[in-house]
Amino acid sequence: MSELNTAMIERYRSNFLKEVEANVEEGEWVKMCMQCGVCSGSCPLGKFWDHPPQELFMMIRANKRDEVLSSESMWMCTSCYNCIVRCPRGLPITHIMHGLAHYAKRLGLAPQNQPTAKFSQMFWNNLVKKGRVNELKLGVSLYFINGFSEGVKTSLKMKDIGLNMLKAKRMNPMEILGGHGVKDVSGFHKMLEKAKELEDARIAKHGN
Amino acid sequence: MAKHEYSFYPGCSSQKGASSSNYLVSVKTMCEELDIGLTDIPDWNCCAASIGYSGGGELPRLALSARNIALSEQHNPGKDIVATCAACWLSTREAQERLEHDRQLLAECNEALAQAGLKLKNETPIKHMAEVLIQDVGYDKIKAKVKKPLEGIKIAGYVGCQTNRPFGIAGESFENPLYLDKLVDTLGADSIPGYEKKVQCCGGALAFSEPEKSQDMIKGIIEAAYDHGADMIVTPCPVCQMNVEIYQDQINLRHGTKFKMPVVYYSTLMSVAFGRSAKDAALDGQVIPAKKLEDIAGK
Repeated sequence: MSELNTAMIERYRSNFLKEVEANVEEGEWVKMCMQCGVCSGSCPLGKFWDHPPQELFMMIRANKRDEVLSSESMWMCTSCYNCIVRCPRGLPITHIMHGLAHYAKRLGLAPQNQPTAKFSQMFWNNLVKKGRVNELKLGVSLYFINGFSEGVKTSLKMKDIGLNMLKAKRMNPMEILGGHGVKDVSGFHKMLEKAKELEDARIAKHGN
Repeated sequence: MAKHEYSFYPGCSSQKGASSSNYLVSVKTMCEELDIGLTDIPDWNCCAASIGYSGGGELPRLALSARNIALSEQHNPGKDIVATCAACWLSTREAQERLEHDRQLLAECNEALAQAGLKLKNETPIKHMAEVLIQDVGYDKIKAKVKKPLEGIKIAGYVGCQTNRPFGIAGESFENPLYLDKLVDTLGADSIPGYEKKVQCCGGALAFSEPEKSQDMIKGIIEAAYDHGADMIVTPCPVCQMNVEIYQDQINLRHGTKFKMPVVYYSTLMSVAFGRSAKDAALDGQVIPAKKLEDIAGK
């Protein structure tokens, strides 16, 4: 368990709603949910979610902290925005799902083997490196997500798709050597470091 | 100088050798024909595309889009930003709104931007290319440019998610937007306004991480197009295009279907209808060839 997690448990005790409101992106909206369930019924992958959004909102109010933050559910958000446009109360549900997922990850409570949780981190690491996504490296790291031998199997399974993309000039093997990026990589990195520092400080202050 | 001038945010997937490089080729052709001038935002960066949230907190993600807007305001002042990628457009517009409504975030964002020598004024309208076509150019001007009507081709307009929600195109409904169908009709092809999967999610980034779940949804999108007798699917979104086109063999293998449905960009349709070559329309970028468009382009 991370230090920040322990600090947050201490700080908020039995008020998980307050913790979410203060620390989760758009979390201040959670209390507005009226439990109609339209979001849950509109979610394209909702049938795979142990706890659809409406349920997560009630669990937050019911102090089910561990169950919410260790849930795989919000990691299966496809960012389709159905829930947002249909919510009669106008809750930014998609953003709250991303916010919960990020907060869980920040506290070290995110599920270890949820594939999208891993992919989301890979995507971030990939874009941060040079300022633009390197699709080839992203694809390769995804295939090898569960180690070498499974990676070889996945690569073989995906071989035809890769060849098709290569033929259509929509994939470039040379990207592995470097690829696209911004010119001002140093300024880009300094900007992101500063943004992270400010956000970390804001959240750490809540843990004190 | 072109009649309509914009500050252009092309996005990662449109770059040379990337998955929607064909989109950019056809967009450039389309814009030449419609007198739309595009000046790239110099040194633009990735927007994090609604999937970078594991490692990227709210502020770092906002800073990504803020950097692009600030660069645009500095180098292309007075020009509206236009994006062709749904995720690029969405992230940029979302960042703009969030920073407009939250002064603390804006102050923090500018503190981060200062590290790169930039400052955000946040006064620039952010548009999707579909808005430019419909609102700034208009169907009439598009129609007047058609040299080779796409007669006899039946096309399912697949709008997808992020071009449609949460912002969408003014005056269109979230559940049944009709602008893509109107565009198809304008080009002389036959639209399918009742195509029931036009705003169904394709899985987005989860097509990579959770392929089975996503491919089940993609199967429905293609199946419905066949049910309506479609010859091809058209879409405005790079992720929709890729997801619906390139996994058809895998879906066929798993489900015993025989899908071979071309999936093209609106800009490809327009380039062909405007009389441009197959190469200018980026038809060579199809994984599943759009034969009916090739025939028209070759005439």
